[in-house]
Amino acid sequence: MNTLIITALILAFLGIAYQTGSSRSRALAGTSGRRLHSRPSYHGSAIAIWTLVPLLLLLGAWALLDSYVIRTFITWYLPESLVAEGGNALRASIARVEALATGYGVVGEVQEFERTAAQAVGRFQTTAFLIVVAAATTLAALGLFYARKRITPQFRARNEVEGAVRILLLACSVVAILTTFGIVASLLTEAMRFFSFVNPLDFFFGTVWNPRFSTTGAGGGGEYGLIPLLWGTIQITIIAILTAVPIGLMAAVYLSQYAKPRVRSVVKPLIEVLAGIPTIVYGFFALVTVGPFLASFGDAIGVDIRATSALTAGIVMGVMIIPFISSLSDDIIRQVPTAMRDGSLGLGATKSETIRRVILPAALPGIVGAILLAVSRAIGETMIVVLAAGNSPVLRFNPFEPTSTITVSIVNQLTGDSDFAGPQSLVAFALGLTLFVLTLVLNVGALYIVRRFREQYD
Amino acid sequence: MASGMNFPHAELTPNAEQATDHGAAELAQRSVRVRASDVSVFYGAKQALFDVSVDIPDRAVTAFIGPSGCGKSTFLRCINRMNDTIEGARVGGKIELDGEDIYDPSLDVVELRARVGMVFQKPNPFPKSIFENVAYGPRIHGLIRTKAEAEEVVVSSLRKAGLFNEVKDRLHEPGTGLSGGQQQRLCIARAIAVGPEVILMDEPCSALDPIATAIIEELIDELRENYTIIIVTHSMQQAARVSQKTAFFHLGNLVEEGPTDKIFTNPEDKRTQDYITGRFG
Repeated sequence: MNTLIITALILAFLGIAYQTGSSRSRALAGTSGRRLHSRPSYHGSAIAIWTLVPLLLLLGAWALLDSYVIRTFITWYLPESLVAEGGNALRASIARVEALATGYGVVGEVQEFERTAAQAVGRFQTTAFLIVVAAATTLAALGLFYARKRITPQFRARNEVEGAVRILLLACSVVAILTTFGIVASLLTEAMRFFSFVNPLDFFFGTVWNPRFSTTGAGGGGEYGLIPLLWGTIQITIIAILTAVPIGLMAAVYLSQYAKPRVRSVVKPLIEVLAGIPTIVYGFFALVTVGPFLASFGDAIGVDIRATSALTAGIVMGVMIIPFISSLSDDIIRQVPTAMRDGSLGLGATKSETIRRVILPAALPGIVGAILLAVSRAIGETMIVVLAAGNSPVLRFNPFEPTSTITVSIVNQLTGDSDFAGPQSLVAFALGLTLFVLTLVLNVGALYIVRRFREQYD
Repeated sequence: MASGMNFPHAELTPNAEQATDHGAAELAQRSVRVRASDVSVFYGAKQALFDVSVDIPDRAVTAFIGPSGCGKSTFLRCINRMNDTIEGARVGGKIELDGEDIYDPSLDVVELRARVGMVFQKPNPFPKSIFENVAYGPRIHGLIRTKAEAEEVVVSSLRKAGLFNEVKDRLHEPGTGLSGGQQQRLCIARAIAVGPEVILMDEPCSALDPIATAIIEELIDELRENYTIIIVTHSMQQAARVSQKTAFFHLGNLVEEGPTDKIFTNPEDKRTQDYITGRFG
C-alpha cells in the first residue's frame, strides 16, 4: 500500500513536472518570439530533476532513519528496568512489539505494555507516513515552482540536464567504488578483532592450521598458521595455470590464425561454454571422474596419486579457466595489425615462424594480462577445491597428496554454528583479507600490463 | 646524387629526366625477369583481375599505375603469392620468375618470398629493435649463424637502404621509434637483408611526407642497379620520376604497358591518355 502510494506520487510528479516544463517553454517561445536556447524536452527534464531530486532525497532519508526512530519510540513504552538493562532482552522485546504492530503475532503471552506499545507504534507509523508524504509533496511542489519560474527562452536547460546526467553517472561509479571500500572496511575491522585473539605473526608465518572447534573452549586453543593454506592455494593455482596456459594459448593461436571464419564461429562459443559451467559441477566432475581416473593412472605407472589431491583440483580448475585465457588471448592476438603478419610472411617466414617470432611477442604483454586475470580467478575459486582437493590443511609439497586452500578454510570456518565472537570464525575475515590483497595485486598487475600493451601500436 | 639532402626536390627532377631519357634504350637491353601470362584473380565470386600479361625487365624499375581498385596491388601481390594469405582468393594464369612457374605446386612459397621481397604501403616495422628488424629475415632463412655475420648483414643492408648513418648509434632501440620515412627505409633494409632478386613496393610513399618521399625515390633509383623493382603508385609524377617501364591498369585490366617516356608522352589508348592528363582517377 505504502509503496504503491509513493510510486504513484513519484510518477505523478514526474509527469506534471515534465509537462509543465515543456509546455511552459513552448508558450514562452511563442509569446516572446525568441528562439529557445534548449529544446522543450530539455526544459521538461530540468524541471523534472528539480522536482524529483528533493522528493527522492527526503524519501531516502526517511527509509534510512525509519527503523531507528521507531525503535526509539518503542523504548518509551517499555518498562524502565528493561531499557536500563539493555542487551539481548531489550532487543527481543522491541522485536516482539514490532511483530505485534505489523500484526504477525508472537510466541507466548502478550504482556499489557507490549500491547499498548504495539498500538502506539501502529498509530505512530501511520502519522509518520502521512507527515513524510506531505513533506515530500511540499518539497517537490516547491522545487517545481522554483524551476518553473526560471524558465526563459535563453535559459540553458540543456546544459543543466547534461550536468545532472554527469552527476548521475558519477554517482553510479562512486557506488561501485564505495562497495569495494565497504567490503575492505568490514574485512579489516573483523580481521582486527581476530588479531586481538591471535598474534599476526603467528597467523602469517605459522605452519600449522588447526583451528579446533569453538566448543572446546571460547577463544582458546587452535593454531592459525596461514602458510599451509597459502601453499595449497599456490600449488593448485600453479597446476591450474600449467594446465590452462598451453591449452588456452594454443587454442587462441588456432582460433585467431588458422581457423576459417566458419570454424571459428562454432569453436569459440563452444570453448566459452566451459566458462558457463557452474563450478560445483566442475567439482563433482573432478570428484567422480577425474580423481579416480588420475588415481588408476597413477597405479598403472606406479605412482601413488590420491583421488582427491592438489593435482585433481588443479587440473579441473585449469580446464575451467581455459576459456578465460583462450578468449582473451584470441582477441589480443587478433589486435596485432595484419601489416605485422604480412611483413613477416613477405620476408619468407612460415606461418608458425610468424606466429612464434612476430605475433606472439607483439601480443605477449596482453597475453600475460589475460593469464593474470585467469590466475586471480583460480585463486578465488572454491567449489572445485572443496570437493576435489581432499580438505587436508597440512603443509605438504607432494601435489599427489590432498591439500586445502584459503577459500576452503573460509567455508569450513563459517559453515555450521558460528557466533563471530571467537577466533574460530573471525579467522575467516583474516583469510578473506589475505585473499583479497592477493587477487587485488594480481589484478592491478594485469591491468598495468594490459594498459602498457595498448600503447604499443598507437 | 648523394649530396643535396636539403633540397631533394630540386635535385630529383634532372635525375628523373635522365632516367626516362635512357628508359627505352635501357629497356631494350634488359632480359625479362618476371613474365606474367593471362593472370586472373578472383576474390570469392568477384573477379578482380582479367587476363593480365606483362613482362618485367631485369634490374629496372617497373611502375604500375591506375585509379584505386584497378587491380594493380592485387597483381603485385600475385608476384610473391601474398594473395595466398587472403581468404577465398584464387589466381589463374601463369607467372614465371626466371622461367620458373611460381604457382607450380612443387615450388616452396617460403623460398619464393625470399627471392621476391616486399615493401608495404604503411611502414610496418616489427615491435623489435632496429637491429632485430633487419636480422629477422636472414635468421629465419638460416643465412646468419654468428653475431659477427648478423652484424655484417644488418650494417650492409642499412647502408644500402641509406639509413645506416641516421641509426648507427641506436641500432638496439625499437624500430617503431623512427620517423615514418625512416621506418619505410628500415622496411626496405629488412627486405634487402634476405638477398632478394625482385623487390615489390606497394605504394611505398603514400604514408610519407614529400621530403621522405624524395629520399625513398632516390633510394629506389639507386637500388635498380642490383634489384628488379616493381612499384605500385598512385602518383603519376612518381612513376615518371623513378620508373623505366610503366603499366597502366584500369578496372582489373592491363590497358597499356611500355617504356615510361612513351606511356607519358605518347600513349596509344584513350583511357591511358585520359588518366595521365588527369581526366579521371
